[in-house]
Amino acid sequence: MTAAVDMEQTQATPSSSEVVAEDRPWQTVVWNDPVNLMSYVTYVFQKLFGYSRDKATKLMLDVHHEGKAIVSSGTKDKVEADVARLHAAGLWATMEHTS
Amino acid sequence: MKPWKRKGDLVHADIDRQEAAVLRGLVSQIDDMLRARIEETPQDELAELTGIRTGPSTSPDDPILSRLLPDFHRLDDDNPSKADLDSAAVLRSLHEPTLLDLKTGVAAVVLETCPMYGGGIRLSLEQADAWLSALNDVRLALGTAIEVTEDMPDELPDDDPRSPHLSVYHWLTWVQESMVQALSTP
Repeated sequence: MTAAVDMEQTQATPSSSEVVAEDRPWQTVVWNDPVNLMSYVTYVFQKLFGYSRDKATKLMLDVHHEGKAIVSSGTKDKVEADVARLHAAGLWATMEHTS
Repeated sequence: MKPWKRKGDLVHADIDRQEAAVLRGLVSQIDDMLRARIEETPQDELAELTGIRTGPSTSPDDPILSRLLPDFHRLDDDNPSKADLDSAAVLRSLHEPTLLDLKTGVAAVVLETCPMYGGGIRLSLEQADAWLSALNDVRLALGTAIEVTEDMPDELPDDDPRSPHLSVYHWLTWVQESMVQALSTP
């Protein structure tokens, strides 16, 4: 990801912001790419998932620093719909089954 | 162009003639590419009967279209599983028509609201979100074409053929960033 302006970056705790649970067999993964703006990715996470600004920022920083983040999980239908919405916003998202 | 401003449910900015021409030209080009992809896959009688449209099952060969229309699974590993390949084909076929509609839809909003010869732009919040998506699509396309990296310099050497395109790319980045900031601060 990229930033158009200098952003104050807070330290992200890698796993705390990831959304994982036993009964949620599918995960939505967002991958880092060199074009999408950090501010825009945060905005999209808030807008699509209703996440707080803090949570959306943490997930965005995970994508930026770790190369990817799990941004939602659930049934196949739910995750499929989430990936479709992220594609519409221009984010690089995929889905995977939790092993 | 000065930064976007938000006043309640209105997002506004002025754009000059040259900027409007550049932006409209790029958005139209992306729109043309997306429409060409739609026309590649004529709908059969079954689709007309059921109303269920199906798209192609494979990723576009063109790297720009491929970035705008990603796969539902990571298939770029050395050896993607057959299950993932099959599933990605089914999901693309199912979702790509809708994605193409959405992307041509946001392009249309920009072309309707950006004055052809420059001037004031006044957008509802919904239209502003369409602009954000359309700006992002144009940046993805241009970024793919000029092979942007995360630490892209502000300028490339003059003899680099990508140099003029990079200036446009950076301008679009600024326009999008400014819009996100305006939308994030009511």
